[in-house]
Amino acid sequence: MVPYKVSYHKANSVAEAIELLNKYEDECKIIAGGHSLVPMMKLRLAEPENLIDISGIEELSGITETENFIIIGACATHADIGRSDIIKKHAPMLEQATNKVGDVQVRNFGTIGGNIAHADPAADWPTLLLAANAKIIIQNAEGTREVDADDFFQGLFSTDMEENELITAIYIPKSAANRNSVYRKFPQPASRFALVGCAAAIEVRNGKVANARVAFAGVSATPFRDSGIEKALEGRNFNAESIEAATSNVANGVSVMQDHFANEKYRRHLAGVFAKKALTDLA
Amino acid sequence: MQVEVSLTVNGKLYKQNVEPRMLLVQFLRDELRLTGTHIGCDTSSCGACTVLLDGKALKSCTMLAVQANGKSVKTIEGMAENGALHPLQEGFHQEHGLQCGFCTPGMIMTAADLLSHNPSPNEHEIREALEGNFCRCTGYHNIVKSVQYAANKMQAS
Repeated sequence: MVPYKVSYHKANSVAEAIELLNKYEDECKIIAGGHSLVPMMKLRLAEPENLIDISGIEELSGITETENFIIIGACATHADIGRSDIIKKHAPMLEQATNKVGDVQVRNFGTIGGNIAHADPAADWPTLLLAANAKIIIQNAEGTREVDADDFFQGLFSTDMEENELITAIYIPKSAANRNSVYRKFPQPASRFALVGCAAAIEVRNGKVANARVAFAGVSATPFRDSGIEKALEGRNFNAESIEAATSNVANGVSVMQDHFANEKYRRHLAGVFAKKALTDLA
Repeated sequence: MQVEVSLTVNGKLYKQNVEPRMLLVQFLRDELRLTGTHIGCDTSSCGACTVLLDGKALKSCTMLAVQANGKSVKTIEGMAENGALHPLQEGFHQEHGLQCGFCTPGMIMTAADLLSHNPSPNEHEIREALEGNFCRCTGYHNIVKSVQYAANKMQAS
């Protein structure tokens, strides 16, 4: 398969990338690893006239930490994140998930920034960022803004981003909930995308659930937190009984996707099974 | 639009003008005539097009040639040295790790990435590493043995 004709521009800094974004406006796409965009271009679902390559920008790579946050550069690859000791220590669900994204080859070059900008409903990262209460750092010519993951993902392949903006980093809070977190996934056997994925981050204080964040991938057109599960757990003892009760009616009121791999009923059932598995791992 | 790319492929530097939409696998096969790298599914699933880019396994159908500009590529043609098969190639031969052979170049390149950071993988680690490479003949059993053969041989030498 051959993509449509395109022009290519290499940006050497964030400032240069933003300058190019302003120059080409709606006639360009950012490319980093290209592992979402190139397949879309080959299928001609995306036909950008210009590509702005940000893969060589040093300041967008790497994983660092401050007192309260883990900072993941937008161009960090899945493999970079999977190998990070900082991630392993403060947010085990991110390590577990990143080692289940695609396969070795995809993890070597696909980036977290590209993954969330693409916002595939069956991708793992959007759901993890919801459960982790992450902030997405976005920059344009005027400056920088922070968006909570809760507000970033707006629908099927759509996010809060404007055309002239660039994701520069993702902030993951160093919280008690994120230290007690897990990701369980039922992958589609060929694509490895989630038929259902459940990310859970649970803070337990004095034997009771103090803070619960439970999110799903692959279930609906937009990744979402299941407030029904979260409310049912908060304030309760964290045990088999409270988990059973909380997962008895998952994705309540949510429009569940269906395709030839899994119809609505089966997907909803899987979501319950995987929520229970995830929470049981943590209890 | 044409862009000049300079790529080191199997140790040799190539400078060439390409259209930005040209995939790396097309550059290797059509421009350099290195047809050992295969195109299977063409959708990033099957792994037949796997090469090493700066030492890391990559599905070359999922990257544009311009994205690899300035980098170093290794294909199956670069594995044998001075007429002697690479231990992985020898392993696939000795352990019957192929039937039709279509997936083999990709299998070997992914396995080379694995052995570069894990010189003595167990069966589980080999199967996990080869998750993105599909074989429709062997049932994978002998492929695992082939990689173990290579790991043992490389450890011994």
